[in-house]
Amino acid sequence: MEPMEIYANQLRIHIINMLAAAGSGHPGGALSAADLLIYLYFKEMKIDSEDKDNPDRDRFILSKGHAAPVLYGTLAMKGFFNTSELTNLRKLGSFLQGHPDMLKVPGVEMSTGSLGQGFSASVGVALGGKIDEKSYRIYTLLGDGELQEGIVWEAAMAASHYKLDNLVAIIDNNGLQIDGTNDEVMKVNPLKEKWESFGWNVIEIDGHCFTDIERAFKQAKEVKGKPTAIIAKTSKGKGISFMENQVGWHGVAPSEAERAKAIEELERNIR
Amino acid sequence: MIATRESYGNILIELGKENKDIVVLDADLSKSTKTAGFAKHFPKRFINAGIAEQNLMGMAAGLATTGKIPFASTFAVFATGRAFEIIRNSICYPKLNVKIAATHAGITVGEDGGSHQSIEDIAIMRSLPHMKIIVPADDVETRQAVRAAAHIDGPVYLRLGRLGVPPIFDENHTFTFGKGNVLKDGKDITIIGMGLMISKCLKAAELLKQEGISARVINISTIKPIDEELIIQAAKETKRILTVEEHSVIGGLGSAVCDVLSTHYPVPVVKIGMNDTFGESGKPEELLTKYGLTVENIYDMAQKTVNNKK
Repeated sequence: MEPMEIYANQLRIHIINMLAAAGSGHPGGALSAADLLIYLYFKEMKIDSEDKDNPDRDRFILSKGHAAPVLYGTLAMKGFFNTSELTNLRKLGSFLQGHPDMLKVPGVEMSTGSLGQGFSASVGVALGGKIDEKSYRIYTLLGDGELQEGIVWEAAMAASHYKLDNLVAIIDNNGLQIDGTNDEVMKVNPLKEKWESFGWNVIEIDGHCFTDIERAFKQAKEVKGKPTAIIAKTSKGKGISFMENQVGWHGVAPSEAERAKAIEELERNIR
Repeated sequence: MIATRESYGNILIELGKENKDIVVLDADLSKSTKTAGFAKHFPKRFINAGIAEQNLMGMAAGLATTGKIPFASTFAVFATGRAFEIIRNSICYPKLNVKIAATHAGITVGEDGGSHQSIEDIAIMRSLPHMKIIVPADDVETRQAVRAAAHIDGPVYLRLGRLGVPPIFDENHTFTFGKGNVLKDGKDITIIGMGLMISKCLKAAELLKQEGISARVINISTIKPIDEELIIQAAKETKRILTVEEHSVIGGLGSAVCDVLSTHYPVPVVKIGMNDTFGESGKPEELLTKYGLTVENIYDMAQKTVNNKK
């Protein structure tokens, strides 16, 4: 395995372990975004846990805040806090709240969880960067179901109106949400055309292919005068055979037996 | 006579000159909220969100994370209603340094009617942890309150009006965040008011004086955190309280006063305000008269309250 794939596999192990320890949470959408976060934090972003308040750092905002375990796992692996904290997820007194809390978790740039709001805030951060003539970049990850929120389109309009080429929105396009597929619940397609019509540069990729991910982020940097949307085709529950593409794994934690089976699968990958 | 929204617009320009971190956001109402002056002076630091109040507040939150001091303005109805949950989760929950300067609060919006007359904004904002609330009474107080808000770390809700209001304070007045002011001393009853009702409270107190009733008048401009000490002292010394607000009697100034007194020093409190009803179209003064927000009604209620308890 390549280093990025090994990191992503390790992150998935953290996600499964912390959700099993918590007894509740959202595995599906955390697993689908694991490869994207690993690439962002270990390859793409200028960010340093030793200098986390550097005003010139790149920023990541998890707009789909319910995927908190994927962010916490990544931040711990990146050195923002000890990985031993991860199993305190969702427990009373822990700083690892059910949804990301910027006042509590080192490295969390914005409190999120109510869908659409992290994206709107990321547009504000991008505006701040432009006003200060800074070169930092802002990355935000949205779910595809999240695109049903009206505020997403208010923010999308503003980002292109203000020519925020320092902003990249990544759509974790796994096609599933709590009540079923996007198509069953509320159709969000066609995504490419929607974002293009809002004035965005759009790149479509396989969200589990690091070559694709690398190409997309490189291309996004070259585009001037408009923000970029990366539509990342992903599988919910990616990496665990019995969770992949299953609606039922949106918001249920694995039992001990399921945890053991999942970890065995993931460890087999790195052997 | 100058409206508190005008005073806000004027002081924003001064603040903009003094502090490059001040940014202003509006939602296509900059001519009405009076942020247009700031926009003209500092176009790079003015962001029009268009008619999109949710994103107005979301962007303000994001800007605050970069060290900016965003003032987000629109009408009070839309600021606190349409964008409520963004204020809750993106501004108050993370305690971000966003100032919400909402204009056109209360029924003195006038002709636009009940859909645009915010009578519940204080009730909504009071319930949010980390939120602080200021309702300035006149030009002098507004300019100082906006300046104070810029220096407070964390969310502040500034409630401003459309209608011109007479001066209450002279230029020597000092606004202190969290402190009320005794505008007139008295021993029989305390009239506690806010915003444009203050001038009416003072006139009512003059009429009461002619009837031999000594009414204390207190201006409470910081609704949250409220000046508990001053309110408790008034309850102890005058035994009766009358609250007056251009807002619903549910959850506003009167409720805030009752929250203090029911815990610390219960005395009878009579509330004048919008009695669980929406407003309607009409001239501001006509509406104030119809809904009992008048000198006469303050006078009557104060007199009744004093006589009942004598």
